Amino acid sequence: MSPLAALFVRDFRLAIRVGGGALIGVLFFLIVVTLVPFAMGPDLALLARVGPAILWIGALLASLLTLDRLLAIDHEDGSLDLILSARVTLELSVAVKAVAHWLTTGLPLVIATPLLGLLLNLEPQATGAVALTLLVGTPALTFIGLIGAAITVALRRGGLLVAVLVLPLTVPVLIFGVAASNAAIVGPVRFGTPFSILCGLALMSIVLGTFAAAAALRHAMD
Amino acid sequence: MRLVGSNLACVRGGRQVFTDLSFAVAAGEALVVLGPNGVGKSSLLRLISGLVARAGGTLTLEGGDQELTIAEQTHYLGHQDALKPSLTVDENLTFWSRYLGGDEATHPLLTAARTAALLGVGLGSIAQLPAAYLSAGQRRRLSIARLLAVKRPIWLLDEPTTALDTAAQAALAGFMEQHLAGGGLIVAAAHGPIGLKAARELRLGGPQ
Repeated sequence: MSPLAALFVRDFRLAIRVGGGALIGVLFFLIVVTLVPFAMGPDLALLARVGPAILWIGALLASLLTLDRLLAIDHEDGSLDLILSARVTLELSVAVKAVAHWLTTGLPLVIATPLLGLLLNLEPQATGAVALTLLVGTPALTFIGLIGAAITVALRRGGLLVAVLVLPLTVPVLIFGVAASNAAIVGPVRFGTPFSILCGLALMSIVLGTFAAAAALRHAMD
Repeated sequence: MRLVGSNLACVRGGRQVFTDLSFAVAAGEALVVLGPNGVGKSSLLRLISGLVARAGGTLTLEGGDQELTIAEQTHYLGHQDALKPSLTVDENLTFWSRYLGGDEATHPLLTAARTAALLGVGLGSIAQLPAAYLSAGQRRRLSIARLLAVKRPIWLLDEPTTALDTAAQAALAGFMEQHLAGGGLIVAAAHGPIGLKAARELRLGGPQ
């Protein structure tokens, strides 16, 4: 098994084992979205209208919740030191870590979306649109989060600083994610227009996130 | 092979840890870095392994692999064990041997080296136990197995005997002698003897 494949398998295993936190994000997503109908009351039309936005906010918060597992744990137990001095390019290593992280924390959110769509009185077609936007949008959130995770490791400050750093950067993804969902449900813009921009944002975050996180880690090692 | 540092300086957190530090270690030699707490022993090791930026001076490896950086030819055994509690002993070692050593398909000796390393440090019988249940000394031994499983010429050991019992300390001394005999070199930070017969000493922060 090649070094990068080994890293992927390890991170994947860690996430799905006891205490790994793969389920934390999706459970949090479930709870946040379930609470909304209780808070807003039994207005089905209103729920259907704000449903995509609620699902997106829930996914955004859930993906923030698990970010501290991305790099901080490896920093604490010394693994990051070895990853930094390995013969594998650091960019590739952080990208592989982010992909494993997305598969265990981002993808479950997408899979849970159809179930939550029912709670928010969304039409099947609308739920499908939201799930599709989340499928494209959550990798963007993970890779933007990767930058925040790397910077907070560098600054030796965990916890809330990640959220403060990352949330403003996710605004464009949020805007076009919800816009594409709404376009599919009520129009008048075609679904493809905001969705293409969302895809572009996702690709851009994957590239920028990888290089920025590796640069932050290299610069900050002390 | 010769690792030479000349006039090295290190600054951490805005504090000058050391300046004008020079040393040279040749293949087959061990250098034990001694000195009181906070004098920069660990910083020197981290500087050699590229984890701390050099504030001055030069560090060269004569006769090393030109394709690789110095850091890529070192094994760093720090205070932290770099082990994951939810993975088994075997999974932890297998990961590091693949990640640091490469693909078994192109490095066929890797699997055998891994098994030998696990037996060598005396953890063969608990290979399937999650690392969470290991004692401090066993965790340390598992980290040492990493050095044996993947061959790299420079060993940087930060107080390697911490938490080890006398038998394990003797075993570690044996591994180090073997590494030196095979043409490797060792830089170790310690507070006392680490069991090597012919180790040179580098004293940091003498009476000022």
